[in-house]
Amino acid sequence: MADVIASPAVHTGDHGHHADYLSDPQHKGIWSWMTTVDHKRLGVMYLWAVLLAFLVGGVFALLVRLELMNPGEDFMTAEQYNQAFTLHGAIMVFLFIIPSIPAALGNFVMPLMLGAKDVAFPRLNLASFWVYVAGAVMAVTSIVVGGVDTGWTFYTPYSTSTGGAVTMMTLSVFVLGFSSIFTGINFIATVHKLRAPGMGWFQLPLFVWGIYATAIIQVLATPVLGITMVLLIMERAFNIGIFDAQIGGDPVLFQHFFWFYSHPAVYIMILPGMAIISEIIPTFSRRTIFGYRLIALSSVAIALIGFLVWGHHMFTSGQSALAASIFSFLTFLVAIPSGIKIFNWIATMYKASISLNTPMLYATSFLLLFGIGGLTGIFLGALSVDIHLHDTYFVVAHFHYVMMGGTVIAFLGGLHYWWPKMFGRMYNETVARIACALVFIGFNMTFLTQFFMGSQGMPRRYYTYLDQFQPLHQFSTFGSWVLGAGLLIAAVNLMGALRGPKNAPDNPWGGTTLEWQTQSPPITHNFAGQPAIEHNPYDYRYFKVPSDAV
Amino acid sequence: MNTWLRDLFLPSAASIKAQSVDDLFMFILWLNIIFFILIAGLTILFCIQYKRRSANQKTAHIEHHTVLELTWTVLPLILCLIVFFWGFNTYMQAGVAPDGAMEIQVTAKKWIWSFGYPDGSVAIGKLWVPVNKPVRLIMHSEDVLHAFFVPGFRIKQDVLPNRYTETWFHATQVGDYVIPCTEYCGKGHSEMKAVVKVVSQQDYEKFLEEGDPDEKGLPPEKLGATLYVNLGCSTCHSIDGTKGQGPSWKGIWSAQHKMVDGKSFLVDENYIRTSILQPQQMIVEGFEGIMPSYQGQIRERQLVALIAYIKSLK
Ligand code: HEC
Ligand code: HEM
Ligand SMILES: [Cu+2]
Ligand SMILES: [Cu+2]
Repeated sequence: MADVIASPAVHTGDHGHHADYLSDPQHKGIWSWMTTVDHKRLGVMYLWAVLLAFLVGGVFALLVRLELMNPGEDFMTAEQYNQAFTLHGAIMVFLFIIPSIPAALGNFVMPLMLGAKDVAFPRLNLASFWVYVAGAVMAVTSIVVGGVDTGWTFYTPYSTSTGGAVTMMTLSVFVLGFSSIFTGINFIATVHKLRAPGMGWFQLPLFVWGIYATAIIQVLATPVLGITMVLLIMERAFNIGIFDAQIGGDPVLFQHFFWFYSHPAVYIMILPGMAIISEIIPTFSRRTIFGYRLIALSSVAIALIGFLVWGHHMFTSGQSALAASIFSFLTFLVAIPSGIKIFNWIATMYKASISLNTPMLYATSFLLLFGIGGLTGIFLGALSVDIHLHDTYFVVAHFHYVMMGGTVIAFLGGLHYWWPKMFGRMYNETVARIACALVFIGFNMTFLTQFFMGSQGMPRRYYTYLDQFQPLHQFSTFGSWVLGAGLLIAAVNLMGALRGPKNAPDNPWGGTTLEWQTQSPPITHNFAGQPAIEHNPYDYRYFKVPSDAV
Repeated sequence: MNTWLRDLFLPSAASIKAQSVDDLFMFILWLNIIFFILIAGLTILFCIQYKRRSANQKTAHIEHHTVLELTWTVLPLILCLIVFFWGFNTYMQAGVAPDGAMEIQVTAKKWIWSFGYPDGSVAIGKLWVPVNKPVRLIMHSEDVLHAFFVPGFRIKQDVLPNRYTETWFHATQVGDYVIPCTEYCGKGHSEMKAVVKVVSQQDYEKFLEEGDPDEKGLPPEKLGATLYVNLGCSTCHSIDGTKGQGPSWKGIWSAQHKMVDGKSFLVDENYIRTSILQPQQMIVEGFEGIMPSYQGQIRERQLVALIAYIKSLK
């Protein structure tokens, strides 16, 4: 029996190759790309956009690290440094990591996984992309016309009183928010309405669950950010007196508004990463996922409880002891579902048949790095300890372990996993593994050191520091070069593959979900017929791994 | 092993609070280490043990296991609750200063800390306190947010412009402890530092009577040089001619300086005195009026010393 998961109608391979979405003769030329409503093409365009943002944010990161090579001024003044870390943070968060997995990979893969032809609202999808581009252009403009030095958190009253292009930057964040909301609405509708016949909620691939939970947060939380940004702009323009103490406002109110969005936003960043890991591990273990329901539901639990913990960013802000203890308590509660997921992923590798191809190497890196990120969060949730660690490099290290060690590593894993499907080409496996190893080593060199510095008392957002921190800062800077080299090699390897022949099999890894049932790259309408679901995802008992899988 | 790890992560504990915070820190650190070994160990073990040997290798079909799943839900939950209550407890205990604590008014402004003592005197950049005595700090900011952090004491508190916040400590060890600002506040944030000088009771009383012993007996020029750093002038003014946030002091004595309003002044005693006490009166061309006023925070002797120092910078 062939793959029972999909109906025989899907077997395009037997009937020779159809024109794929990249080379479809009916959709040619640059205009057809710019106005496309095909979720695959939009996913690819989003991918180039977020990778560009990652490059720019990464260059700023390397500059920031370079300045920290020695205490005192190396090559940036305090003001330039402040702008550099602000742009690094703002670009990484708003332009790269939030849209990265959902809008690029999610857009491409999710409808395929559902057996759908497209997302529920293809035009909204196109709008989302161009709104994103508009927001990105505004962000770049604000850099050019005056720079921003507020930090990505825009804390008042500093942000209402400093010069530069803060208004333009906040406006850009406002606009980018709409792009994120559009994507969220679209994905929620898609999951509800466009599942293939026979695909119940508990037959959804876990990637879809993760993206679905993310979409809920995007839709519920982002409007709060938008309103906060508008209030900030009004404060700057008309001196209304909401946040600025000089005119009767309350600066801490801003922090409440900001984190009410930005803590859930942390889950907008990490849930999609977890979603990718939940695909890669069963595929490369050739084993059913352990605890499917717990993983699926814990995503939703994280999404909901995540709305109630924003105050853990404000333990030193002068909030009441009662508020602080409630936030601390809820913070520990929301940690549990993440822990559960880690153990479920590891249990999935028990009695499995594991191949350590590049995506799986990234997934195992994720387990270790995200593990450290999550565990160090326990320090920060504990009230008296956080008082000491807040706003030091310990926090910088912690969130990089979560965002870079978690989300970015998962994103890289996902790229290597779906690259053959997206572009129909295999990359060089050896080079990809070397790059992965460099990223892993460089990442730990860069950020592990920062835990020690932070708890020793090195504050964040400093362009200079006490001499005692120099060895660790230098080591961290060297690490950032190794990390940069690893990322560069990975990029060259992936891009280089695009110039080769279309040599990828339809299902190179032996994946069970529907995207592997269509050809690589998929045809414009995804499937030749309507695929049907007969078994749960990841059920390798009935799944016959194709002979051309690696 | 425990003390080695503690020294690796934490500066030496110099207050009563520090001890209890460190104990919890170490407990969490050990939890972290154990769980990391568990996660990393199992991941690596399984990768080796269950490495794919043949393309058609059979795998187990285990969908879930209730007991196991309960274990790794409930056990972490219990551990997290322990950490929560422990952290909550030490936080509450450390929350309120004991009665009879000495009170100090802390004022933060871009980018200097100043401290108002019970006797009404004010010191910039140095917080003199007696050892083994609780000290309560009542803090406010004159501009944006700042945060008061003493790593050695494990205390941190944001300083706000629209209300008073407070924190307290009880130093147990004589010595100097840095106070780095930990809430981002602009250009001078990285250099917005002060020092807690923890001294014996006698030394503290001597300080109250006679002023800063570090400044005593120094000739004015030398004293000016220390004040240049201690009062935070060095954050904005260089002495080697490079332009900072304020004009460099090198060679300004008896020069003619143009102001933004077009007037021009000779740099002499009076000019410097006014520049320090009422900086907004004359703003040098090419700069912004960001220099804080030192009115009421600087003694006559210190003013004279600063003038002598600037005079000496040829
Ligand atoms: C926040 C940065 C800042 C700090 C701290 C600061 N200044 Fe200034 N200072 C300035 C700026 C900016 C100017 C030029 C604008 C003006 O005249 O107000 C200036 C001007 C001066 C001038 C006039 C210089 C000239 O070339 O005409 C003197 C004298 C001076 N400051 C002394 C001091 C002393 C003494 C201290 C420390 C007790 C100090 N400043 C601390 C920013 C600062
Ligand atoms: C995806 C990857 C990354 C994300 C999402 C990210 C995000 C951030 C954010 C949000 C900040 C805080 C900025 C602020 O305080 O306003 C930050 C700070 C920082 N990042 Fe990254 N970062 C990433 C990668 C990197 C890399 C690769 C490096 C090093 C090479 C790096 C080095 C730094 C440093 C040194 C700071 C501290 C700046 C300071 O506080 O002075 N980051 N990053
Ligand atoms: Cu948070
Ligand atoms: Cu500061």
